[in-house]
Amino acid sequence: MYIQALGNISPQTDFNQLPQKVDYTSNHLKAIDADITEFVNPNIARRMGRIIKMGVAAAMASMKEAGLEKPDAITMGTAYGCLEDTGVFLKKLVEQNETMLTPTNFIQSTHNTVSGQIALLLKTHCYNNTFVHRGFSFESALQDAIMLMNENDAAHVLVGAADEITDASHKILSRFDLYKNNVANSEELFSQHTKGTIAGEGSVFFMMNKKSSEKDYAILKDVTTFYKPIGNHAITDRINKLLSSNGLSINDIDVVINGKNGDVQNDRVYEQLEENIFSGKTSITYKQWCGEFPTSSAYALWLAANIAKHQQLPADKTNRSIKHILVYNHYQNIHHSLQLVTAC
Amino acid sequence: MSNNIYIQGLGIISAIGNNAQECLDSLQSRADGVAKMNYLQSAHKNELPVAEVKKSNKELADMAEMPASLTRTALLSTIAAKEALADAAIESITDWKIGFISANTVGGMDKTEDFFKDFLQDASKGKLRDVVNHECGSATEIVAEELGATDYITTISTACSSSANSIFYGARLIRNGILDIAIAGGADALTKFTLNGFNTLMILDKEPCKPFDENRKGLNLGEGAAYVVLVSERVMKTLGKQPYCKLSGYCNANDAYHQTASSPDGTGSYLAMKGALEKSGLQLTDIDYINLHGTGTQNNDSAEGTAIKRLFDPHYPKLSSTKAYTGHTLGASGGVEAVFASLAIKHGLIYPNLRFETQIADQPFAPETQLIRQDVKNVLSNSFGFGGNCSSLIFSKV
Repeated sequence: MYIQALGNISPQTDFNQLPQKVDYTSNHLKAIDADITEFVNPNIARRMGRIIKMGVAAAMASMKEAGLEKPDAITMGTAYGCLEDTGVFLKKLVEQNETMLTPTNFIQSTHNTVSGQIALLLKTHCYNNTFVHRGFSFESALQDAIMLMNENDAAHVLVGAADEITDASHKILSRFDLYKNNVANSEELFSQHTKGTIAGEGSVFFMMNKKSSEKDYAILKDVTTFYKPIGNHAITDRINKLLSSNGLSINDIDVVINGKNGDVQNDRVYEQLEENIFSGKTSITYKQWCGEFPTSSAYALWLAANIAKHQQLPADKTNRSIKHILVYNHYQNIHHSLQLVTAC
Repeated sequence: MSNNIYIQGLGIISAIGNNAQECLDSLQSRADGVAKMNYLQSAHKNELPVAEVKKSNKELADMAEMPASLTRTALLSTIAAKEALADAAIESITDWKIGFISANTVGGMDKTEDFFKDFLQDASKGKLRDVVNHECGSATEIVAEELGATDYITTISTACSSSANSIFYGARLIRNGILDIAIAGGADALTKFTLNGFNTLMILDKEPCKPFDENRKGLNLGEGAAYVVLVSERVMKTLGKQPYCKLSGYCNANDAYHQTASSPDGTGSYLAMKGALEKSGLQLTDIDYINLHGTGTQNNDSAEGTAIKRLFDPHYPKLSSTKAYTGHTLGASGGVEAVFASLAIKHGLIYPNLRFETQIADQPFAPETQLIRQDVKNVLSNSFGFGGNCSSLIFSKV
């Protein structure tokens, strides 16, 4: 399917301004503030949780760029859902011993709030689905869109992902030893070779079309997910299978976007592939810009689409000839996914 | 090879039974599962009736052969999914591409509530094992591994329509050649979070609910898990067992009216039912039975009724809501009612709408109040939810 338009509310959102080295002030990266005043009445906007604003802003930006009024379907992924509203309602529930509660936070806590709000704003009755499966959430939304097009049930699908960090969620996830304590910049993220990564968040939406709009960023040729592969060869098999089913081999891949996050154990999986199937390939990372979170692969697709369109690597103005890009990401070595992107 | 998707196995645990046979017996004997709260420890224990699965977590863990430290949702899900797969009697599942598509609304919230009590006092407190399965996808993975169904795994959360969507997503994965077999449905345990959430919306009935009654006062929350085993025609032909039915139609539409309330004209519900009918190629008059979403709230039953009137008038099929039996099981309800629809077709049954007394004033139809035995060829099943998410499924006799 063709990637016609993009919307991105993440820690870094301008492809042409992506810094080679990012300075960090903490071990979590915050998404830019989403401005939705153009789309939403300020009274309504004020009550919206942060993830809803991020999702709505990213979705509306991609609709606007596409110049479309309504999509034929909306599919999205969120691993954690609306954490802020969930946390507030839960806190009050515990502290007030189930009394004096008000509905607003509960109403906005359901995982389909973002996609529901997008439907409300676009006044569209179309197919609307939300996937909530950890590191597969965004890929499932892509799979849904591909199938809707195969089935001739949709030609224009708004596909996206959104996840937010809250104070509580960051405290809890930190207790699982997921993050580095001292990391001053993106170079250190990858050079320390220690345990832990940097937390991230954000929302990216894509206007996907069955047919070319003549002004597309790129083509998403295929997506696949695989669960807990055993060993390096199982991952290599999946890569080869995906490529061959699209009439390609690894030799055709010009750029690999990998999901390295700075955690030494996590990154070993990628390093092993670099010694084998990816050896000699131009391989770039992306989590230094958006941080690590289960739906970060949407950011990787945003990056791939831009690389294909600009024919340049991020933070590098050299003009190149780039045809096929493979995005390979794994989340905690449980959820592995591949996205194959081809320049138009 | 046809594109038909067959339902080959059923599994369910709900307030009216711990397996499909027990649920079927309860449906036929008018034995509802709404009662005083016994397992959920809530401040509203004496005031809000609920439809609990009549087992403690320890008992569920024994049934599931899983640790009792898991979330109640994961335990319920394991029990129902294992039953479904066993019922399908597929000799060697490793010969096929087999996946697990589940759904829920609040993941491991039952344990997160315990965690939060300590965590709010001191952020370094609270047992991490109580929050490790918080994400919606967690229970799905525990069960998928237990079943050996890991070729495709995902979880859907579209509020009360979640498992209707997971079922037809499973069917589409088969049609698109990604899977041969999909175990699909959903699970949700009762939690204080949802109970209090619905209570703030003032849509919980303090008495056992009365779906589609003029004097309905709200819904009762329930809990449970239910799955169907969907197979391709190629798989079905290798099995020695007649399928229950086929999934012939489905549609997901959005009401786009309000985050929680349904539009007065039931636009989303109307479009979901109409879309499912179109997909199935059936005529309005082919539908023998509508298993209503029928929660018992003023808003839902009025909007759903209006949508039915708009679509079916004057040819009303027999219809009833089974939520007076099971309560509203939220993310599990589409799965629960898919199992009931499959049983209705197999056994030739239309279930009574319990506690119905007075027809809704502006609706020209009333639900069935007695068990009816008749040939049932096509069942329309509705699941509508927050976020405007409306889905309808059609099950047809093979």
